[in-house]
Amino acid sequence: MSAWTRKDLLGIQELSAEEITTILDAAAAFKQVGAREIKKVPSLRGKTLVNFFVEPSTRTRTSFELAAFRLSADVVNISATTSSLTKGETLKDTAKNLEALHADIIVLRHSSAGAAKFLAERLDASIINAGDGAHEHPTQALLDTFTIREKKGRIAGLHVAIIGDILFSRVARSNIHALLKLGARVTLVGPSTLVPRVFEQMGVQVTHRIDEILADVDVVNLLRIQHERQRKEYFPSLGEYTSLFGLTKERAARLKPDALIMHPGPINRGVEIDSEIADSARSVILDQVTNGLAVRMAVLYLCAGAQPAHV
Amino acid sequence: MPYPPSPTANLILDAAAIDRALRRIAHEIIERNPDLDKIVLAGIPSRGVQVAQKLAANIEQIEKKPVELGVIDVSMHRDDLRLRNKLSPIEVSQLPHDLAGRTIILVDDVLFSGRTTRAAMDAIASFGRPARIQLAALIDRGHRELPIRADYVGKNLPTSINQRVYVRFEKVDGVPDSVWMEKE
Repeated sequence: MSAWTRKDLLGIQELSAEEITTILDAAAAFKQVGAREIKKVPSLRGKTLVNFFVEPSTRTRTSFELAAFRLSADVVNISATTSSLTKGETLKDTAKNLEALHADIIVLRHSSAGAAKFLAERLDASIINAGDGAHEHPTQALLDTFTIREKKGRIAGLHVAIIGDILFSRVARSNIHALLKLGARVTLVGPSTLVPRVFEQMGVQVTHRIDEILADVDVVNLLRIQHERQRKEYFPSLGEYTSLFGLTKERAARLKPDALIMHPGPINRGVEIDSEIADSARSVILDQVTNGLAVRMAVLYLCAGAQPAHV
Repeated sequence: MPYPPSPTANLILDAAAIDRALRRIAHEIIERNPDLDKIVLAGIPSRGVQVAQKLAANIEQIEKKPVELGVIDVSMHRDDLRLRNKLSPIEVSQLPHDLAGRTIILVDDVLFSGRTTRAAMDAIASFGRPARIQLAALIDRGHRELPIRADYVGKNLPTSINQRVYVRFEKVDGVPDSVWMEKE
């Protein structure tokens, strides 16, 4: 395991395979903490973490919050509606104010790509990207790869299909970077409007027919169809999406017996995945949630630990 | 990995001397813990784990019954997260599910400030409440910063505070088991 030197986690793209492995190995140690009688360690005692979520999120924010509690940090939650951003304050000024309050770690969810990098370059605090626009969502990719490695024992050589709304998905981008760096083969699946061929430049395969790949893949990662955004221009109807790309019972039956079924949540039962399949033994959707906590503890620990001491 | 670890290091213990020291500690552990089923030899990564394995093998050879091994990683319990130059790797801790009535013997390669031992005791407390905790170290080099002493010591090694001590094990370092000390 190589030493970790970054104060921030902004994306997977800039990480080396060794750095990703360092996080996954540390996450394994932090996962063990959850099995102890006292599920809390003092690593970040006296440190303050600010959950700064300009875009709404419940599960990611809660996961970071619980991770910070387990590391004994103090946590403040700020959402878009409670922050002065609605009063016209700029992102930089809000963040400078957080730093003036001695925030050591800022977890940022923002609708603009590059928002986390913007802050990281201007503040001494550790900045953790919890999703920036359609750019990256590094901790989601880390918990996905952690789950695959835990269940399959390896990443290299596996064939992973990512299915659904790839075009606007930061989860997909971060996953593609992580999986390719660790030596997996990645196939993107979805309608041509949501999975354009241009993604092939990242080093992945693209197909618009899910039935072609079912028998060959070791992992299917189903992304949520963000139907609340009314993407009528991208596919005609939810029913048609389900019939062409949904993981139905019939399709699930053609997967390898030991194939993993993953989903970052929240799932649309009956749209991208059949309800019974989501609850089946091959589904690791809830393992992903548990592992997310361990991965986020590891990320907070490593980034806070790599900060220079305040003198 | 060079052997010796540095051109200016003196050999303190060779493989045979380490074996003798650990065999003696094994006898002392047996003497002080008549109920060997209750003990857990918990190594502190990385090389404390090696010492614990060697101690367990010695005890098993003498008493003809197995001894439970554990690993106690202290990184998360240290009080100097930002004072160190680099973060050392974290390993997965492994201790029995129920510590009630057990005797945990913490095993480290070098006992120095005592801060690692303090962190290990804190870590154990988060797993449960053992009946007692004892401490074994292959080398005690002095310079304690906390009120901690070892129950079992392989060798007391007087050092100056800046003098480096190296412990090497065949299994992890690829060179013969040995202990070295930098010349002053």
